[in-house]
Amino acid sequence: MPPAIEATGLTKTYGDVRVLDALDLHVAPGTVFALLGPNGAGKTTTVRILATLTTPDAGHARVAGHDVVTARSRVRRAISLTGQFAAVDEAQTGTENLWTAARLSGLSRPAATRRAAELLERFGLTEAGDRLTKTYSGGMRRRLDLAAGLVRDPGATEVMFLDEPTTGLDPRSRQELWQVVRELSAGGTTVFLTTQYLEEADRLADRIAVLGAGRTLAEGTPDELKDRYAGHRLDVVAYDRESYLRLHTRAEPGAGPDPETHTLGIPTDGSAAHVRELLDALDPERRDIARFTLHTATLDDVFLTLTADKEPSHV
Amino acid sequence: MSDVLTGGLTAAGTLAGRGIRLSRRNLDAVITSMMMPIMLMLVFVYFFGGAIETGTGYVTYVVPGVIVLCAGFGAAGTAVSVSEDMRLGVVDRFRTLDIGGTPFLAGHVAASVTRNTLSTTLVLGVAFLIGFRPAATPGGWLAAIGLLLAYVTAVSWLAAAVGLLTRTAEAAGAVTFFMMFLPYPSSAFVPIDTMPSWLHGFAEHQPVTPLIESLRGLLLDQPVGNSPWIALGWCAGLLTLAVAASGFLFRLRTR
Repeated sequence: MPPAIEATGLTKTYGDVRVLDALDLHVAPGTVFALLGPNGAGKTTTVRILATLTTPDAGHARVAGHDVVTARSRVRRAISLTGQFAAVDEAQTGTENLWTAARLSGLSRPAATRRAAELLERFGLTEAGDRLTKTYSGGMRRRLDLAAGLVRDPGATEVMFLDEPTTGLDPRSRQELWQVVRELSAGGTTVFLTTQYLEEADRLADRIAVLGAGRTLAEGTPDELKDRYAGHRLDVVAYDRESYLRLHTRAEPGAGPDPETHTLGIPTDGSAAHVRELLDALDPERRDIARFTLHTATLDDVFLTLTADKEPSHV
Repeated sequence: MSDVLTGGLTAAGTLAGRGIRLSRRNLDAVITSMMMPIMLMLVFVYFFGGAIETGTGYVTYVVPGVIVLCAGFGAAGTAVSVSEDMRLGVVDRFRTLDIGGTPFLAGHVAASVTRNTLSTTLVLGVAFLIGFRPAATPGGWLAAIGLLLAYVTAVSWLAAAVGLLTRTAEAAGAVTFFMMFLPYPSSAFVPIDTMPSWLHGFAEHQPVTPLIESLRGLLLDQPVGNSPWIALGWCAGLLTLAVAASGFLFRLRTR
């Protein structure tokens, strides 16, 4: 099976700003892929290029097997896009918004009416179907927007692009949206999502690419990234301020100090041998360390490590 | 090819329906666009009319100009709706559904024509109430309606092009302002020969003047000379310019 998304050397410049700098991507069909990065990293531009809304200055991309520049219409028939801001009309009802999109995608009037009803049902909006969208909650609006992206034929959407789908949503709506993404993915749709929430990428994605300054800083499964870029962290808590200061002088540079709680965070690989070695090295007389805790790395650690120094690296 | 055409027409029709639903639910804007010309007409007829010598009853003289002002003013609103669609990303949804720039703008223009047909009819109704008595032949009515539709289409499409150019609704609103003032230096409210002579050149040859002269002649069943053809020429020229410019601007804005 060909990759759902394949991009090589994507470059895009707006004015003096190089938003994308030779970006490569490879997404296997049926997977959930998260593009993770801070604001301004180039996430939206990447989605816009892959969804045929913008042309790259250099590089190539194929989505669902079709070139995003030369076979634009074919790509459009195979994808759906939900942007950062819900692209539904506030002064139309849910049904009208879906009906409009369905008609625009080429369905006949009766088929559009049926499809609108099906999609409302599927996204739990049937009861709100006749209400103006401006009365919807943020989560409902986002679901309607997702539904509007799927009007053509939910089964025929091969790749779904979600640009920061949960930005600005409350936790409950976020959970609901994650559920929808999981269902789409279970149905065989490839999902390409951008997010600045690490938890979201960790929970949903099969693979993650961390984007910084228009380049891939790292790519891999959530676990691979955590292992490779953040490892584990040993937090040692000193008895008092004096102990803390003694520990601090013995610790390697790079330890995360927290004078408030008399805690030092030391990078480790998490093995018993290394932890024992660290404890001995820090506190040879066994009088300074009161307690310790061992943390497995979070994607936050990966993210902060990677985006602190913008050197590109690869898994 | 015919598939592309049918698809484009369906898309434009669907988007026109959307545009009409949206304006129906934005009654504030619709009422403003109708009240403005009606208020102006009342002001001119009752406040200034007594002082203006036009050779006929002033209401008879001024109504064609007010109708043209109303049509242009309403059509200019297209700039705001297009600019909002561009800003809010709605246009991205349409583009991923493979809708091109022309059907997108044609939908906005068709909605504008529908909207302005209604508001112009209303203005005409009020004009009738305050004493405007058209004497047009059926052919004259048809010709007048045809000219107005051509004018509204051309102005709507020009406004749509401006809507593509502007980044905010406020900036797009400037077209409405311009269209509201364009009829003043024309024969809409006062005969051109009462204006300073340096203004004659512009007032006689700007697009609104032949249109107003034609409507006045057609509605009152008087000779119109070649002004309907000049008016039609203006509309065709402006429409061609607008379609070309908006096509270019749409590609520019969606790169």
